[in-house]
Amino acid sequence: MAMISVRGLKKHFGTLRILNGVDLEVERSQVVAIIGPSGSGKSTVLRCLSFLEAPTAGEIYVDGRRMGYRDNGRRLPDAVLNRQRAEIGMVFQSYNLWPHRTALENIIEAPILVRRTPRDQAIAEARSLLDRVGLLAKQDAYPSTLSGGQQQRVAIARSLAMQPKVILLDEVTSALDPETVHEVLDVIKDLAQEGMTLVLVTHEMAFAREVADRIVFMDEGVVLEDAPPEAFFGAPQHERARAFLAKIL
Amino acid sequence: MRDFDFSVLIEWMPALLEGLGITVLYTIGGLALGMVIGLTVAVMALTRFSLLRIAARVYVDAIRGTPLLLQLFILYYAAPSVGFKLSAPAAGILGLGINAGAYLAEIFRAGIEAVPRPHVHAARSLGLSYRQTLMRVELPQAVALVLPPMAGEIINLVKSTSLLSTIAIGDLLRSGQIAVSVTFAPLEIYLMVGLLYLAVNLALSALVRRLEARTGGRARREAQRLMAEVGI
Repeated sequence: MAMISVRGLKKHFGTLRILNGVDLEVERSQVVAIIGPSGSGKSTVLRCLSFLEAPTAGEIYVDGRRMGYRDNGRRLPDAVLNRQRAEIGMVFQSYNLWPHRTALENIIEAPILVRRTPRDQAIAEARSLLDRVGLLAKQDAYPSTLSGGQQQRVAIARSLAMQPKVILLDEVTSALDPETVHEVLDVIKDLAQEGMTLVLVTHEMAFAREVADRIVFMDEGVVLEDAPPEAFFGAPQHERARAFLAKIL
Repeated sequence: MRDFDFSVLIEWMPALLEGLGITVLYTIGGLALGMVIGLTVAVMALTRFSLLRIAARVYVDAIRGTPLLLQLFILYYAAPSVGFKLSAPAAGILGLGINAGAYLAEIFRAGIEAVPRPHVHAARSLGLSYRQTLMRVELPQAVALVLPPMAGEIINLVKSTSLLSTIAIGDLLRSGQIAVSVTFAPLEIYLMVGLLYLAVNLALSALVRRLEARTGGRARREAQRLMAEVGI
């Protein structure tokens, strides 16, 4: 069974139609890169997957369970929805670490509040996650004293602390200085190799090509092409995909 | 014209200081009540329930749109006619609290709204509930952002307590009035009353500046950095 299954996903904001029927399947431990021109709806797909946006229509299943709704179509109570969200990690372009908490405190907050993990255990786990992203020495640093690349690595550790089934990465290197991009990409590559299911929206074509099992090309709110990287970058089928690649490569 | 008479001040200083103590007490009482009301109304104003939002709006507009003096008169002189009798201290605290609550609600609401939405999204995506996000992510950051405007409101509150003299409460201004009616020395007494108000407010400002240096700096720098990033 697919880890993520999206059927007929639509998202409208008033008269603005961002998503016009997206279908997407992601297998367990698969890495899928969503690419496409800006405004094509890539980030909105991720935001609907984590239910930060409620879809206008369509169904989203994560690990076989419908996001946000009961099988009979009734909206889930908030408490249940919160638990569902906790199983889907999300890393943002602007890191979004909480400025009033240290790196370590940013990581232990959700395990303690949502999972009721004992504080000592949460700290131990957070320290090992910080170690894994190479930032154990910065555990007591506030986000404003960290570089962009460091903040993003803490943000990844923060989402890992919830032991999510999937991690969604929304243009996580777009705000970084070129020389720190690789720090973050290396961490993501490790996650992929360890078998984490990843869906990433990215502008780093070389990285997408290297790490992704599949490339999903979106434009105007629909998926136009879904192919392995060699096939997609070697011989894109759709005319708009060809035009997009010609522009950025 | 006559000389400035210091002996009047020496004689009446204990009475004025007693009035100052009353003023400070009512300020603290009004502030405590105002904070509770202000925070409640601010959260109401930000919920998705339109009825609560409308109630918050009506409260804030009604209180800010009418004079505090009138509100005190209604509580102390008019309310008994409908069987709601309050002692002067109760009417005083209630009036100050209700009034400050409306101004503080607007300050708190603006502070919570100023917390960058992405911080909230990060919290929700980790599974934190609406309430946990408010308490653990939004309010702590908002506290730092609202300190300066809140200091202004507290200083206003200190000065507003002078209106309590009209509902038979012996605050600092009332003590001054009594002193003047006995000594016929308005120059000395009222200047001293002014200096005492000023002393309290300057001390308050200094305290808030120290708090700000401790808590505000970090969060404000971060907020400014984020705003610069998105080009505001």
